[in-house]
Amino acid sequence: MSSIPADLRYTKDHEYVRAAANGIVTVGITDYAQGELGDVVFLDLPKAGDKVTAHQPFGTIEAVKAVSELFSPLSGEVLEVNGALDGDPAAVNRDPYGAGWMVRLRPSAAGEVNQLLDAESYKALIGE
Amino acid sequence: MKVPLPHPERFTSRHIGPRPQDIQDMVETLGYPSLDAFVDAVVPEDIRLRRPLALPKGKSEREVLRALRALAGQNQVFRSYLGMGYHGTFTPQVIQRNILENPGWYTAYTPYQAEISQGRLEALLNYQTLVSDLTGLEIANASLLDEATAAAEAVWMTEAVVAKRPAPAYLVDQACHPQTIAVVRTRARARGIMIRVGPADRFELEPDVIGVLVQYPATDGLIADYRDLCRRAHEAGALVTAATDLLALTLLTPPGEWGADIVVGSSQRFGVPMGYGGPHAAFFATREELRRYMPGRIIGVSRDVTGRPALRMALQTREQHIRRDKATSNICTAQVLLAVMASMYAVYHGPDGLRRIAERVHAFTLLLATALRRLGYRLVHQHFFDTLCIEVERWALPGIVDAARARRINLRVLSPTHICVALDEAVALNDVADLIAVFALDEALPFMVDQLSPDVEPAIPEPLRRTSAYLTHPVFHLHHSETEMLRYIRRLEGRDLSLTEAMIPLGSCTMKLNATTEMMPVSWREFNRLHPFAPRDQTAGYLRLFQQLRFQLAEITGFAAVSLQPNAGSQGELTGLLVIRAYHESRGEGHRKTCLIPLSAHGTNPASAVMAGFEVVTVKSDAKGNVDLDDLRAKAAAHASDLAGIMVTYPSTHGVFEPSIQEICRIVHEAGGQVYLDGANLNAQVGLCRPGDYGADVCHLNLHKTFCIPHGGGGPGMGPIAVAAHLAPFLPDHPVVHVGGAQACGTVAAAPWGSAAILPISWAYIALMGWDGLTEATKVAILNANYIAHRLKGHYELLYSGAGGLVAHECIIDTRPFKQSAGVEVEDIAKRIIDYGFHPPTVSFPVPGTLMIEPTESESREELDRFCDALISIREEIREIEAGVAERGNNLLTHAPHTLEQVIADDWNRPYPRERAAFPSPSTRLHKIWPTVGRIDSAYGDRNLVCTCPPVEAYAS
Repeated sequence: MSSIPADLRYTKDHEYVRAAANGIVTVGITDYAQGELGDVVFLDLPKAGDKVTAHQPFGTIEAVKAVSELFSPLSGEVLEVNGALDGDPAAVNRDPYGAGWMVRLRPSAAGEVNQLLDAESYKALIGE
Repeated sequence: MKVPLPHPERFTSRHIGPRPQDIQDMVETLGYPSLDAFVDAVVPEDIRLRRPLALPKGKSEREVLRALRALAGQNQVFRSYLGMGYHGTFTPQVIQRNILENPGWYTAYTPYQAEISQGRLEALLNYQTLVSDLTGLEIANASLLDEATAAAEAVWMTEAVVAKRPAPAYLVDQACHPQTIAVVRTRARARGIMIRVGPADRFELEPDVIGVLVQYPATDGLIADYRDLCRRAHEAGALVTAATDLLALTLLTPPGEWGADIVVGSSQRFGVPMGYGGPHAAFFATREELRRYMPGRIIGVSRDVTGRPALRMALQTREQHIRRDKATSNICTAQVLLAVMASMYAVYHGPDGLRRIAERVHAFTLLLATALRRLGYRLVHQHFFDTLCIEVERWALPGIVDAARARRINLRVLSPTHICVALDEAVALNDVADLIAVFALDEALPFMVDQLSPDVEPAIPEPLRRTSAYLTHPVFHLHHSETEMLRYIRRLEGRDLSLTEAMIPLGSCTMKLNATTEMMPVSWREFNRLHPFAPRDQTAGYLRLFQQLRFQLAEITGFAAVSLQPNAGSQGELTGLLVIRAYHESRGEGHRKTCLIPLSAHGTNPASAVMAGFEVVTVKSDAKGNVDLDDLRAKAAAHASDLAGIMVTYPSTHGVFEPSIQEICRIVHEAGGQVYLDGANLNAQVGLCRPGDYGADVCHLNLHKTFCIPHGGGGPGMGPIAVAAHLAPFLPDHPVVHVGGAQACGTVAAAPWGSAAILPISWAYIALMGWDGLTEATKVAILNANYIAHRLKGHYELLYSGAGGLVAHECIIDTRPFKQSAGVEVEDIAKRIIDYGFHPPTVSFPVPGTLMIEPTESESREELDRFCDALISIREEIREIEAGVAERGNNLLTHAPHTLEQVIADDWNRPYPRERAAFPSPSTRLHKIWPTVGRIDSAYGDRNLVCTCPPVEAYAS
């Protein structure tokens, strides 16, 4: 059973979104996704200031035997990138919802976040 | 009275493993009265070839060796000063006998199973260190196919790295080797990159330029300083690639130090014979920050479960089999055997030895230059390493060339008034004297050659003299005596599992016998000492052999014409697609650029399609793993206006003879597309059915699978293509040697006939087997696979099968259920197979979590049984976990493979006996193969990338 925190929102591509009170969101991949990928060895992430578009790739994640695109849950601007993942990509496996976060975004449209899956729906999606 | 003459021995019974009685017993076990009845049940009747192949009957080994000797006798070995990336060399005999001619090295497979591949992985790490040191760049790969394709890979990589331009252009120095320019042009054009060829000192770095390619030293010998060019290119956001020569780099400032971003070249002259074009290992190096864009295989250092250093292929997620249509290269194979030879050459000579060889070559070149100047010739370049460009009078040139021919010497005629002479390690003083005599037109010399002292003026300009050290690692210093060298080679060989030890049942790889007789001509000088651009009248034996081989392969595939140029399966794919593209363009249908590819295809297919400039559209598979015909019809119809073709594998990648193959071809043809047939699985078809008959338009053949070229531990390969008559005009050509069709799709390899020196292997196989033996081999290959499937039934789930529950020449067993039932992954089973003394089957291809087994016809019934017994015994070990007798996560499988060091350690604390770990079957007591490292932690190595020899202390701990 993978961890699916109730206070987060999810996409069918297995990204999660944590919304802060000021509207800024933090994006990463779910515990289920990191388990399926296996040992993460490298991430190719955007730079602060880049624009991202909902459902479009914003980066790639590489495990030992698989490579996958990362899809942006929302449209917006990248405010911050988790530079620590450069030296420690394993954080995505260890702590996907904490140290393994990838980018912080300022969404271009408020409320878009509420259209994402909630924990129950995501749980149903992955069949757990 | 007539003396009865016993029939000469047939080779077929040496090649095919099971004896006639075994075959009959196995057929009956499967429930069929005869081998033919069994084959009729496997292969769909409507595609069967119901006549013998139009080839002679099989011959004895003696007869075939005699025929090969006769062909060799028609080749003439002249002294070659043609250069252009191919040079004479002296293969240290200890390397020739113990590597090139040693099945312990040449029959191994690509090192996917790192625990039983540490020997060649170390040799390849040495190779990467050698390339990295000499080029002055941080990271090198484990070799590419040839210098020209390596340069083309550099162009593709440049496209992936630099910022996108609407209509990208790429600048190529006109002083690059002509074959390099031709291959770069062909490959760049497919990607929509404009190539501009001109003099490097007048390159215009306009905004559309993504990169530049220079040759250092140039094809005519010039050593130029490109520092300023690098600066200008980098300012313009472009990358600089240098094609170079490793021997020259022992004396010259390496490109990495003057600003090149990518460095490519051939390591041929490091002890690998010219072989009329190949095989040789090309190298590729780049800067650290570009490592993820680098094509090809990279060996890296990681650690095993006990924390000791262990090697394995690194960063595999870059590769085409994972990235598919997102890949920026379609390369899979390296040239492992040749890279190993080149690395051993460097290990044997060490940095001082290499420098001495280079200085000697350079000294002879200086001597020749001095003599030619005294004779009144003008040298075009004052700065050179081993190649002189000599200006001659137009009227005098034919006389010089004739005088050379008379002395059995080949010179390069660069233009009607220029001759190039490239010297090499094989040159001695008398050779230089002969060259001088040639240029003196046999008139008396105004000087004595042995008293001539070279001009003192330096030919290597001061700013380009090498000052940095290289090959400082101890491995390049410890093995200079032949005894040490021999033991080093043997030590590494002993760490690897090759066909000399056991069956290598890798699905889709066809690890059959590489017979000794087939291998013999590879070491004959008449085959391996020819320069690929030697005049045709010196290579009549080769040309006859090519002609016969083309005819044989055309007859076997049912096609009209064959090109022997593509150097590997992936190159065959690319060439076939370029041929299709050229065909559509010739009909004014150049807009046809959609390529259909079934979901089950090998990842190289979509990568090749993208590199050929096509758009990939995926076709679904049905529940049985076959192409979903409804989806195919829908997609073909949707793309009827822009369909280029389909890439389909037959028998399918799932190892099944799909009954609908003719229908698939018909649907694609009706939509205006061509059918590319991936010949990876041809071993199930030879003599039984032919791609040309059931509707394909082009296919490639992996000569290193079906036609017995050994895998060399991960190369060489050969991927000729066969085409129907309407595609023959588009077969690839060559800028130096006249080959190919009138409307050629371009040039796809450096040499006109690819790796010519290994073609006699396939020729010999076909001659030895004949139509009868080839067909018999196919039948037994299918029988062996079905016998394994039958024996494993009840123990494992068989994943896909065709009519009557039968498979083609390979079978897939499903190990996914054990994850739930026993916490056992497919990897655990694969590693446990190593404990039983076998190479594991193909893991997780074409279906993740499964094993694909291909025994080939060469494995005897005893070996098949031994392998099945091992798998069944492993199933029992899994049952013990399922039953709770053995511990989940701490058992024989999850700790496999077991090293000698682990099982004799004093602190054994496993819940199972040491003996069961190490000697799980009776046969392991007769012959035990020990993995030298435990299970490797791949993630650690990919997170902490090290791709050159680590300091010795790393091994001490």
